Amino acid sequence: MPDVLKFHFDVDGSDFSSAGEASVLVKKKLRQLGYPADIIRKVSIAMYEGEINMVIHANGGTADVEVGEKDITIILKDEGPGIPDISLAMQEGYSTARENIRVLGFGAGMGLPNMKKYTDSMDIDTVIGKGTTITMKVNL
Amino acid sequence: MQLNDLCKALDLSVITGDTNKEFNGVYVGDFLSRAMSCVMESDLWITIMSNTNVIAVASLTEASAIILAEDVELIEEAKNAAEQNGITVLSSSMTAYKLCVEIGKFTENAL
Repeated sequence: MPDVLKFHFDVDGSDFSSAGEASVLVKKKLRQLGYPADIIRKVSIAMYEGEINMVIHANGGTADVEVGEKDITIILKDEGPGIPDISLAMQEGYSTARENIRVLGFGAGMGLPNMKKYTDSMDIDTVIGKGTTITMKVNL
Repeated sequence: MQLNDLCKALDLSVITGDTNKEFNGVYVGDFLSRAMSCVMESDLWITIMSNTNVIAVASLTEASAIILAEDVELIEEAKNAAEQNGITVLSSSMTAYKLCVEIGKFTENAL
């Protein structure tokens, strides 16, 4: 039995309809592994929001989930435009999503706030024009 | 409360999925991120959104069922996703508000 279970996903930036698939898979795995419902809920919400953000803003990216003994780490990496103003992006209701995306039900401006709210730590590493890496941890 | 009984009482159409299950609460809203954090396990989720992403949110939140208000139709791709993921999708000609009122009455009678 390895100390850390790892899952890797490529998040397709061109397909809105499949956005969320990686989160659904992770949720199923965690459930099979017998983790508590509140932990699964936190990981699901945080990862879903991150996945959607990468599809909306960064033409996709990668998602890595590491299940350790003390916590579950979610690392989302993209090569998108970066986040110019993190404090603004963290405000509930602030969104730069375009109208064609809003009509699908996205763009509530709750993505990053939800990710912060439902995880125990969140670190944003962003470089304009290069991309963004977000590392989140949910304590077990 | 039994979803079957609610379907009969409110004349809800079953688009796909099982209605032989319980439901606890109700959430109404169309923004997916809001629903993601507010729909609780075994809740009914009333929305007018009918794309595939709605199915993912219902799956992640473990909603008891999605109720599409105002006769909104589920797109084929979303219907397939719902079937694959075992998500129950219902529909009604009522508005979201009217659905809430009727579900409220049903809930009161059931208690």
